[in-house]
Amino acid sequence: MIPKRRRSMSENRKSPMNRQKRRTGRRHPLATVALLALGLVFTGGAYAAFSTGTAQAESSANSQQTIDEGKKLFQANCATCHGLEAQGTTEGPSLIGVGAAAVDFQVGTGRMPMQMQGPQAQQKPVQFTDEQVKQLAYYVASLGPGPDIPADHLTNGGGDAANGAELFRINCAMCHNVAGAGGALTEGKFAPPLTDVSGVHIYEAMVTGPQNMPVFNDMNISPEDKRDIITYLKYVQDNRSPGGFELGSIGPVAEGLFIWIFGLGSLVAITVWITAKSN
Amino acid sequence: MSTATTNAPQKRSFTAAASVYVNERTSIAGFVKELGRKAFPDHWSFLLGEVALFAFVVVLISGTFLTFFFQASMAEVHYNGSYVPLKGVEMSVAMASTLDISFDIRGGLFVRQMHHWAALLFVAAIGLHMLRIFFTGAFRKPRELNWVIGFVLFILAMAEGFTGYSLPDDLLSGNGLAIINGMIKGFPLVGTWMSFLLFGGEFPGTDIVGRLYTLHILLLPALVVAFVALHLVFVVVHKHTQYAGPGKTPGNAVGPPILPVYAAKAGGFFFIVFGVLALIASLFTINPIWNYGPYDPSPVSAGTQPDWYIGFADGALRLIPPGWEFVWLDRTWSFNILVPIIAIGVFIVLALMYPFIEAWVKGDKREHHIADRPRNAPTRTAIGAAGVTFYAGLWAAASSDLLATHFSLTMEGVIHALQAVVILGPFVAYFITKRVCIALQKKDREIVLHGFESGRIVKLPGGEFIEVHEPLDEYERWRLVSFETYEPLMLRPNSRGKITFGQRLRAGMSRWFFEDRIAPVTKGELEAGHGEHH
Ligand code: HEC
Ligand code: HEC
Repeated sequence: MIPKRRRSMSENRKSPMNRQKRRTGRRHPLATVALLALGLVFTGGAYAAFSTGTAQAESSANSQQTIDEGKKLFQANCATCHGLEAQGTTEGPSLIGVGAAAVDFQVGTGRMPMQMQGPQAQQKPVQFTDEQVKQLAYYVASLGPGPDIPADHLTNGGGDAANGAELFRINCAMCHNVAGAGGALTEGKFAPPLTDVSGVHIYEAMVTGPQNMPVFNDMNISPEDKRDIITYLKYVQDNRSPGGFELGSIGPVAEGLFIWIFGLGSLVAITVWITAKSN
Repeated sequence: MSTATTNAPQKRSFTAAASVYVNERTSIAGFVKELGRKAFPDHWSFLLGEVALFAFVVVLISGTFLTFFFQASMAEVHYNGSYVPLKGVEMSVAMASTLDISFDIRGGLFVRQMHHWAALLFVAAIGLHMLRIFFTGAFRKPRELNWVIGFVLFILAMAEGFTGYSLPDDLLSGNGLAIINGMIKGFPLVGTWMSFLLFGGEFPGTDIVGRLYTLHILLLPALVVAFVALHLVFVVVHKHTQYAGPGKTPGNAVGPPILPVYAAKAGGFFFIVFGVLALIASLFTINPIWNYGPYDPSPVSAGTQPDWYIGFADGALRLIPPGWEFVWLDRTWSFNILVPIIAIGVFIVLALMYPFIEAWVKGDKREHHIADRPRNAPTRTAIGAAGVTFYAGLWAAASSDLLATHFSLTMEGVIHALQAVVILGPFVAYFITKRVCIALQKKDREIVLHGFESGRIVKLPGGEFIEVHEPLDEYERWRLVSFETYEPLMLRPNSRGKITFGQRLRAGMSRWFFEDRIAPVTKGELEAGHGEHH
């Protein structure tokens, strides 16, 4: 933890320079447009080239095979609850039309296959390799259209953190806490901390609304705004608090306990020491 | 130096010359001598008040620094400091200047954190100090007024804390003010008017930060300083209480004199408190307003809580079951707000008046300078325990959501459990504490009469095994037997031959206080006891 901390501190120190550059670039309206265009062309082009060149070619070549593999995995691991054709049973909902994103999220964060019934599916160590997760995802996606696994440029944290922070406070903080430290909901449900979720999973959580979380579709929050939210959460994940240890970022309760136990506790110990008989 | 020697006929050190100079102009020597000879009994718990005092000094010093940079204005600006995730965000000048203190002013974040940590410590130390005073009966005559002064200080400290918490105008402080606004509006008839008066219009308005700032840096600190001064004057006038011990009489105070040892220790202790706070402030984040962002009435964060000392009030609001609000005579009656306010108000008044209540029940007009051991005043100790349980239940309720997430419980379960703690807990605590105190007193009696078990088993010539009990030494015995007990007051008709309601009440209370009691060992018993011990 300490080396990580050091690294982020030095990044902190460097960042004003980066910002300076960015700011001067931004001031020129044309520069912004040019940059945007360039960025779009570049990322779009690269993405297209990449996906057509390799992934797409591969997955189209393997696509039926991928789906078949996924189906096998599904029937072995998920069918007891979701049904052999993912049509749903009394134990679990139908997955037709939930899309690849839902499966990638649920399986990729270790929530599915669900282990025990409870107020909320618990996260466990992920049980499948990345490849198997994708196979499952594309199998379920083949059953009906639904949200897809998001593209990399939306989830790599390259957006506007300030806009993201504002959106996060308005849309998410009431459940997840402003610093993404998590919070309680009713009846034993809770919004988990967002301190080590990947950008892809954040995006997928928003578009699929797992369990007690609402769905934020593209009408509520546009893909670019989602990217900004991810940027903010990444910023919080990568930059530890400038004030020192965060005490869990859960606010005044942790601070109060800390001052009573460690602050006042240590001072009481010192008073005992001061008044101890000196002989 | 050479000038000093030419001025004074005989050779004097610089310090001596300086003190003479000062004394000739202020006659302060007598005062210093008198104060310096005051004895200060040595017990760790007698230093808790000093922790509070020193924490307050740290609050004053760090707060002064902050006033140089904080701007109490609610005018809107676009933040342009160095914290990236807030760049360009619209916020009040108050918030922006607090962010500048945190990120762009050298040492600002450290001082800000020190100020806030010291404030938390200040109130916590007052709380612990008050518990010490309560449980040792140090509030009895002649110190009742000083208890009241101390209690007022506690409330002022909470007010200081709350006004400070609200100044940065971030989401958290705004949410706190929104709750206060709701509470004020909960008062029937006058609520809405009062709210408009306080906020200068519809909440949140644009005045509140400036007004709170005046309270926070001018009015409240002046009151705190004045009351602290009064409090200390009374401590000197009354002498310090002390625990029973040989040579310690109600009329004296035994301990090292204030000068030089005690003063040196206390001076050193200030730097220790300062150091501990500096360490905490440099290592641990407090109130990261940059996470909360500017106040905006729509979002509320999960885990929104007040600072710990306001927690009991927040908890009281959370524990009220839903639906205690109804419309009658075209008005909304918010019992969900009035009931907690009244409950807390009654609790505070009872605690504030406790010295007078206890003296009245006992019919006790004597002065008391020897601190009670808590077990020797079982009813008082039990009342204290009940009060602490009540307060602690409310306090815990302020973190009901965190209790739920951190211990994998349901919110509803936590709330119901804490409702039980707040309502039934005090009775349970009262009963258990009283029994424990009485049991401890019985044990003390045993020890005084029969000595303590030495663990040495001896076989008598007749074949019988006994454990040898060692008698106590004189000092220890003195500590155990010197306390006062009271008997329940008798109901006697007054001069007109009547028994008034007040007297009945008093006799009833007195019976409740003293019906179970363990009297201290008397001289006679002691001698008899010595005869029979093995
Ligand atoms: C023990 C039963 C069980 C097993 C096994 C199980 N699930 Fe689930 N799954 C559930 C239940 C119940 C829900 C609904 C949870 C909720 O919404 O509270 C669910 C929800 C889901 C969802 C979210 C649906 C939506 O509407 O967004 C996905 C996707 C999913 N499961 C995929 C899988 C996959 C893939 C597997 C196999 C690897 C699997 N599940 C195994 C019980 C199960
Ligand atoms: C109504 C409360 C609520 C709101 C509002 C909400 N969430 Fe959630 N969120 C939840 C709950 C509950 C879960 C846990 C779901 C589960 O376990 O399947 C969750 C899970 C998540 C996860 C997965 C965390 C993990 O560890 O895998 C992410 C990421 C997430 N939310 C992001 C967001 C974002 C971003 C927003 C705002 C756009 C948001 N949430 C708004 C309640 C909420």
